[in-house]
Amino acid sequence: MNFRERLQAWRYNLVPDHLVGEILTKRWTDNAIPFLALVATLGVFGSIIPGFFKLTSLQESTRQLGEFSLVVIGMTVVMLGGGIDLSVGSIFALSCFSAVYVFFILEQSVWLALAAALATGLVFGAINGYLVGYLRLRAFLTTLVTFIFGRALFDILVTTYAADVQLSQASSDVLDFIGDGTFWGLSVSVWLAIILAIVTHIALTRSRPGWHVLAVGGSRRSAHNAGIRVRRTVFMTYVFSGFCASIGGFLIACRLSGAGPGTGLNLEIMALTAAVVGGVSLGGGRGSVIKGLMGAIIVLTMTNGLIRLGYGTGTNQMVLGIMLAVAVTIDIRWLKNRHKVLNEVYVAPVYLKMGETQSAAPGSGTSYELDNRLSAADHIGLGELEGPEDVILDRDDHLYCGTRHGEIVRFFAPDYVKSEVFAHIGGFPLGLAFDRDGNLISCVGAMGLYSVSPDREVKRLSAETSRSWTSIVDDARLRDPNDCDIAPDGRIYFTDSTKRYDAHDWALDSIENRATGRLLVYDPKDGSTKTLLDGYRYTNGVCMAHDGKSLFFAESWACRVHRYWLEGPKAGTAECVIRDMPGYPDNINRASDGNYWMAWLGMRTPSFDLSLRHPDMRKRMTRRLPQDEWLFPNINTGGVVKFNEKGGIVEAMGDLSGDAHPMVTSMREHKGYLFVGGILNNRVGRYRIEDADPNWTSPASYWGGKP
Amino acid sequence: MNAIGWPNWRRLNQEGIVFAIAILLFAAAAIGLPGFLTADNLVAIVRSVSVLGILALGMAVVIIGRGIDLSAVAIMAMSVAWYLQLVNTGTSDGLAFGYVLAGVLAIGLLNGFLVAYADVPAIFVTLATGSFVFGYVRSQLITQDAVPVPGGHWVELLGGVRFLDIPVEVFVFAGLALLFFLFLRYTKWGRFIYFAGDNPVAARNIGVPVRPMLVLRYMLSAFVALIAGLLTAASLHSINTRIVNSTLLYDIVLVAVIGGIGLSGGRGGVRNVLVGAALIGILLNAMTIIDIPLLYQNLIKAAILLGAIIVDGIINPRDEQTAQQGDI
Repeated sequence: MNFRERLQAWRYNLVPDHLVGEILTKRWTDNAIPFLALVATLGVFGSIIPGFFKLTSLQESTRQLGEFSLVVIGMTVVMLGGGIDLSVGSIFALSCFSAVYVFFILEQSVWLALAAALATGLVFGAINGYLVGYLRLRAFLTTLVTFIFGRALFDILVTTYAADVQLSQASSDVLDFIGDGTFWGLSVSVWLAIILAIVTHIALTRSRPGWHVLAVGGSRRSAHNAGIRVRRTVFMTYVFSGFCASIGGFLIACRLSGAGPGTGLNLEIMALTAAVVGGVSLGGGRGSVIKGLMGAIIVLTMTNGLIRLGYGTGTNQMVLGIMLAVAVTIDIRWLKNRHKVLNEVYVAPVYLKMGETQSAAPGSGTSYELDNRLSAADHIGLGELEGPEDVILDRDDHLYCGTRHGEIVRFFAPDYVKSEVFAHIGGFPLGLAFDRDGNLISCVGAMGLYSVSPDREVKRLSAETSRSWTSIVDDARLRDPNDCDIAPDGRIYFTDSTKRYDAHDWALDSIENRATGRLLVYDPKDGSTKTLLDGYRYTNGVCMAHDGKSLFFAESWACRVHRYWLEGPKAGTAECVIRDMPGYPDNINRASDGNYWMAWLGMRTPSFDLSLRHPDMRKRMTRRLPQDEWLFPNINTGGVVKFNEKGGIVEAMGDLSGDAHPMVTSMREHKGYLFVGGILNNRVGRYRIEDADPNWTSPASYWGGKP
Repeated sequence: MNAIGWPNWRRLNQEGIVFAIAILLFAAAAIGLPGFLTADNLVAIVRSVSVLGILALGMAVVIIGRGIDLSAVAIMAMSVAWYLQLVNTGTSDGLAFGYVLAGVLAIGLLNGFLVAYADVPAIFVTLATGSFVFGYVRSQLITQDAVPVPGGHWVELLGGVRFLDIPVEVFVFAGLALLFFLFLRYTKWGRFIYFAGDNPVAARNIGVPVRPMLVLRYMLSAFVALIAGLLTAASLHSINTRIVNSTLLYDIVLVAVIGGIGLSGGRGGVRNVLVGAALIGILLNAMTIIDIPLLYQNLIKAAILLGAIIVDGIINPRDEQTAQQGDI
């Protein structure tokens, strides 16, 4: 290894580039930016302003925060539904006035005042909702106009009745308690905001109306086409916003015992800024109540903090303007570019120097030397099948294979002409195995481990294993279960090829070459799944040794076969038995002569081997080139290799014509024939093996003769 | 609506309706209100809508290009306030004007850049920059709400210019209206604005420089706001920055929308601004003569604006299948 390669190996194998991509796939990154902003804001103002965190100071500022949060919750719901409500300030002010009017001028009870405030908010919200929801007017301008309208009305009412309110003698303990009292150290407004936030959060995330709001906001057209009553849903969001603002208005009426020209002034831009700064997306569908609340705290801390620091008139507007512009721009850019960034940084290749290998070229004279024998294979289901990754035969000689349509197809013995869909599972059924009772166990790509009983009942055995503490990407989920085999005690050993890519993105995994493949075991006794081995480059085929005391598994991108011991002195450990093969190994199965068949899905090429020593080049390649110009493992040539218990190569065969079986992903010996499948092939091949035991079958080899 | 030529009377459209209402209102006021149909009052009507009309011209160009500029009033008031403040504190006139002009164009550039290149909706960008401009100038650059025009300054002299007893802002409004008319109707870039407003993607595909033009539109709107601000200061001999918190901004949108410039872009022209300005001018003047308090005038204006938006929504309905996501 020269110095350049040593540097590359350090750079790409030690620096965890892949974590950036994995973090970006997390939904909580959406929350991280507003949360950091929140912490920073509280930290800065808390340290600048003396006594910021004192109880009395907090009680005063949280009282205001409660009212403001209520308004922001309403705004958040409207924005989640794809709208915007600029009239919240007016609703707030008018509701405040309604409460003041009923209490101080009509001298009615506090509860009637509350009812009046709520009625005002609901009616105003309903008008907005009708205009925007049912008449389909533009939310921004419409609510802007109703905002002016409401504000004008409020100004008239306040100037008309200000004197009467001043002279009123009405007072009430309830009013004073709502306005100034505390309950367990928190003011009533904060309690109300907390309760409403929890209720709204649950409604949005766990109830049908809430889902409808998010659906309409996420894609109005799709929601409409899916039969959701879009107009009514939009209407309800505005009514809810009016409701929230009216509670806020009632609370401020109680706190200030009156209404003034400044009530609710600039509230709409503050609430809007709060929602956007918190990360509620413009245009709807993305966001949560929690985000709205975070934004509310940020905005209120900043504006109040600036006032307490003594900055002059206009500073608030300046800061709000900057915050709004920055937050909106970040929101839009983030939404637009997150996927682009993710695509750019997710693939993080590592350095690997593949070992020297022997040639498999015809005439090279090595034990790997491929011949043209497989081109003589008969074909089964030609043109009917798509992607038989694995093939298997039962005790009655029927042939089963998976297809890319998520089905397991059965071909009937003896001629394998007639076929039927044995079971529909979904996903992409890959590895197959029969257990002692004749259940067909399958590793279904992108889904998990499944069992199909002889009477075709499909049952999920496992879709997850235990989560490891250090992994950022969710490694509990099985992303690419690939092949399985069953131990004499009934435990199912299977591989999950990669943690970082879905099954159809196997090419990206090969380019990245990061060792994330696993060997797992499913125990049918208690239904548990355990991870046995981790950190292999695309674990693939699994095969129980003839004595049942160990198993072989293939590590595709490293071109190696390992042996994992189930019992004996080495139990629980793995050792490499074949290394530096010229081909990429896939499934492994038993042969009648005590050896093992192994499929090669493709052949190593010097160019790809070289690229594995240049991770920077592969990174640039995935970023800058279209997918069909990528360099990735050659899968146009493959073959079948037989190896013995010690890992020695016995023979190799291939299809040099490339017509019938260019790549092979599985093969199964049955009564003197070898049945050959390929994940990109359109047939199953049947090849007559010379000098094979004509009575040997795989079910009998595993589970003994016919019961 | 045919964008070119006279209104099509056979088909009712918003512009036609508004024009008819304006004439009816004019006739009713002329008959019913004493002192309405005098030369002085007519000049007062035109004068009262001149600044509004000038601002509406800038707004119209932005709206036709499928945008909106909510920062116009803030730019108008704050730029002039800053200019007068600079002059009052001894900065040379040319330098002060250079600063202000650069600042105004910079804000227009910022608006346009964020809308065109960062894909941020225009309403949010301009709402934010409007708030920022007001806050920044008010808190950092000037010391009180109202800034007076220094005695003998050219802005003050401008306010006194009369021609045939008609104040100068009327001529400025008329001249700008003519310029905008010629620009929108007869220049390539003027026509491109309609293309870009009607279908930005198609316009971009046929090679129209959609994004640079968008930036220029916001800079134009900001520049027009500066002119309007100077005229306001000229006639009042001071500029009161509290105007930013008034309903002037909504009056501008009102003039444009009520005249029939569709908010979805691509429709309307200078004529629509004139019709809208005529109606609002007559209305405001009549309300002032009847002595309706300012607060009630706001209420009435808001009601009319609401009606105009509803009619706009009914004439140009939005479709569930073709509506754009995030188009609020």
